[in-house]
Amino acid sequence: MVAEKKNFKHDDIETLRSRVIVGRDRVTSTAGTDYPHNYPGVDLAFDMDTFKEKFQIKINRITKTDMEFDMIGVDAALANAFRRILIAEVPTMAISNVFVMNNTGVVVDEVLAHRLGLVPILADPTMFDFKTKEDTPTDLNTIVFKLFAKCTHNPNAKHGETDPAKLYNNSSVYSGDLVWDPKGEQAERFKDCPIKPVYDDIVLTKLRPGQEVDLEVHCEKGLGQDHAKWSPVATASYRLLPEIVVDGEITGEDAVKFQGCFPEGVVDVVEENGVKKAVVVNPRKDTVSREVLRHPEFEDRVKLRRVRDHFIFTIESVGSIAPQDLFVQAVQVLFDKCQQVRDVLEATAEPYGDVQMS
Amino acid sequence: MNYNAAQSTAPKPPAAAMTYICAECGSENEIKPKEPIRCKECGYRIMYKKRTKRMVQFEAR
Repeated sequence: MVAEKKNFKHDDIETLRSRVIVGRDRVTSTAGTDYPHNYPGVDLAFDMDTFKEKFQIKINRITKTDMEFDMIGVDAALANAFRRILIAEVPTMAISNVFVMNNTGVVVDEVLAHRLGLVPILADPTMFDFKTKEDTPTDLNTIVFKLFAKCTHNPNAKHGETDPAKLYNNSSVYSGDLVWDPKGEQAERFKDCPIKPVYDDIVLTKLRPGQEVDLEVHCEKGLGQDHAKWSPVATASYRLLPEIVVDGEITGEDAVKFQGCFPEGVVDVVEENGVKKAVVVNPRKDTVSREVLRHPEFEDRVKLRRVRDHFIFTIESVGSIAPQDLFVQAVQVLFDKCQQVRDVLEATAEPYGDVQMS
Repeated sequence: MNYNAAQSTAPKPPAAAMTYICAECGSENEIKPKEPIRCKECGYRIMYKKRTKRMVQFEAR
């Protein structure tokens, strides 16, 4: 960050408008004020063209389950809407009914049923319909799995063996033991991507010789707002980009101390003509612990801020839907909601004739 | 799927052997009426009944 020498206060109007100010004991200037007629000479009315110009998405990293990207140029309301939709309103498939034929293990039926419900299922929810209370299960709204496991002594176990996994067969029942039972046209429709639990190594219950589980489960399509088991994300969150502004230069031993106030990689100490100097290189890595502000020698020379319209978004998928697809689906959910409101408004405005919506 | 079928009361079989589980060694024992209650494996005299074969439905929440 470039040091702003000429006006080292952060109460100038532009800072108050675009930055959240992190103080020693408080966080101020948190609310967005980008409304028309709020700032002299600045037209902050929402305009599609300026939005398109300023809005940016930069993807920082994508793995099979995780994704981090920067969303720049939106209001917190919109960023938060996406976060909430990701958690609660993007549909997935999850086990909703458990039919227990037999379960003699230590885990009681209702606890086992609850555990089963939380197992993420690898199935494309767009290929299924929602099942209402009145609907009967069909191949379009229900996935069936069977689970059968019986624990026996392992005759090949060494004498004196104490590890239950070696001493017995089926001492632990895993999510991988769930066997998909394709109904109707499901075998044909999902032949490229057979339906199974996302992870095969989730322990469902433990058994000892003579005990068995024999059950059937039905998966349905649902939303996270109904129950967390339908949430497609482990979490979706954002933070604002931190900003560190230094007045002048911090040199000598202070530079090293200054560096120590931040997590590794935020501040570098460089030597110029034999003098140590602190340079802020990567404020993104800062956790904004405010440690610098505890030291009197730095308190008045450093300003900590956050950029109010720069969101560092993290999506951790549970594994059934790739994180990049999740975000697209979340946007589609919001889009559909807007369309619905628009339709209703247009219908109510119709009798008045001259109302025009762009 | 008709899950009610399993719940219909089946006609009771004539006093046949019932299977019980030994409380000591866990082995399965077939005991007929009037027979002494005693495990064939270990001689223990406490037996448990097996779990019902009736299907139970749960909501996974």
